[in-house]
Amino acid sequence: MAVERSPRADTGPRQDQGDAPSARPPRKPFSWTWVGVVPFLIFALLFLFLPSASIFIRSFEGPGGTVTLQNLLDIFQKSDIRNAYKLSLEISATTALGGAFFGFLLAYAVTIGGLPRAVRNFMLTFSGVASNFAGVPLAFAFVATMGNAGLVTRLIEAAVGVDIHEAGFSIYNFWGLSIVYMYFQFPLMVLIMAPALDGLRREWREACENLGGSTAHYWRHIALPILAPTLLGTTILLFGNAFGAYATAYAFTGSFLNLVPIVIGAQIQGDVLYNPGLGNAMALGMIIIMALVMLIYGWSQRRAARWMR
Amino acid sequence: MKRSPVWSWIWLLIGVFYFFIPLVSTLEFSLRMIKGRYTFEAYRVAFEDPYFYLNFGYSMLWAVLTIVISLLLVVPTAFWVQLKLPKWRPYVEFVTLMPFVVPAVVLTFGLLRLYGRPPLSMNSTPVLLIAGYAVLSLPYMYRSVDAGLRAVDIRTLTEAAQSLGADWGTILKDVVFPNLRVALLSGIFLTFAIVMGEFTFASLLAKPAFGPYIELIGAQRAYTPQAVSVVSFLITWGSIMLIQWIGRGARGQVQVGGAR
Repeated sequence: MAVERSPRADTGPRQDQGDAPSARPPRKPFSWTWVGVVPFLIFALLFLFLPSASIFIRSFEGPGGTVTLQNLLDIFQKSDIRNAYKLSLEISATTALGGAFFGFLLAYAVTIGGLPRAVRNFMLTFSGVASNFAGVPLAFAFVATMGNAGLVTRLIEAAVGVDIHEAGFSIYNFWGLSIVYMYFQFPLMVLIMAPALDGLRREWREACENLGGSTAHYWRHIALPILAPTLLGTTILLFGNAFGAYATAYAFTGSFLNLVPIVIGAQIQGDVLYNPGLGNAMALGMIIIMALVMLIYGWSQRRAARWMR
Repeated sequence: MKRSPVWSWIWLLIGVFYFFIPLVSTLEFSLRMIKGRYTFEAYRVAFEDPYFYLNFGYSMLWAVLTIVISLLLVVPTAFWVQLKLPKWRPYVEFVTLMPFVVPAVVLTFGLLRLYGRPPLSMNSTPVLLIAGYAVLSLPYMYRSVDAGLRAVDIRTLTEAAQSLGADWGTILKDVVFPNLRVALLSGIFLTFAIVMGEFTFASLLAKPAFGPYIELIGAQRAYTPQAVSVVSFLITWGSIMLIQWIGRGARGQVQVGGAR
């Protein structure tokens, strides 16, 4: 079975073919090409897969090295852990849906909404920048915007004479953090939706009109079904984007909001849960949720590729 | 059927407001250190702090190390997969997407539990930090390089060079690299932007860096943190704008942001 000059690689030594090793010519084209990816795979093993595997294994570790399912059960049974997950899921879902909605409208406006081309280029460039703008500086930007001495706070006070913070409004809560997260959520939606909207062909619209369809018909029966996988996939991606966020939440609210990444961060800095196994179980929960997110995203991308060429 | 783009303008306006109000606010806030007038006092204070330069320098160092490691890991691998191991592509792609599945805070947790305590107390060195950053940069670097390799049909070019008698060194230097220049620069600047603004790894691994420094002065002072934030935006923006400028005309790539 000669594989000479074939781009297809052997994945390992073949020992099951029954021929004596000495019968092979010493320089037989046994392919060593797979060696080329070994450094990369070793790196991934050491710094990505082993740490993940360690989290997985230690999730089942009880006090004194026993094996237990209690840590995983605690996620659902202990109220503060359950609430952390609930809050993280809620804020991710809220900002994903909000980001997807406004991002879609903005993407629509700059692609097929009839705006000048310069606006489109500017907005897409700016979205590329804004989707990368997160973490500590983003948190401080919003403190400067809606905090106690923020610009918007003072403008509202100047306009209607009410200090919104003295009136009991706080930004360091669920909705405040949602507004901050939206800043990196909806540019991402714009970036992903814009090419998808560009991919809607004019012929489809014309075909709909020739058959007597209205704009509503076009969107209801043609455009939205075609865009649905992209819409769904991107919303899910935004969900994961918010779910894994740590720096922004930490810098913005400190430990006011009991989000899962914040709890895991606190667990790293000192065993705040008084149970190392539970910390691992929380981390495992995050990995599982993110894995689901990526699975759905991957599936929706394959669906979307049917129409987008 | 041409419709009036009134709604488009309205959505655009809302978007522009949402984008720019926080930026304008931050800039305005950073200029208000002296009561009653706008000055650059906060910037003067920020730039006078020796720790500013120290932490900035550390982040630069981490960025350079990360870029080197990331390039060494990704470029040969992507090239090799494209050229010789096309069957491996899904698996390598899967690995490069793993950082989206394992968030930074979770990866730090795993790294510290595995390597941060005896017998392997690796966190006295920056190894874990650089490894974490390299993992974080993997998706961006790989996509960038892979897109660059696909765009030019690197296999045909390599075979052409081989049939003209070029050795591997010549192929890499004169064929692969010039064709990948845009892709490599994109990957490099994106990694740079990610590392310069990164907070999670540096903070939780207790390593000096620019992100934790901004957070720290945020807890100590008013106005200066916003001034430093403006500096930090400018770095991120400069990098991203540069990427878009370098990559103009190339097929658009979506970049999913790194350091949340």
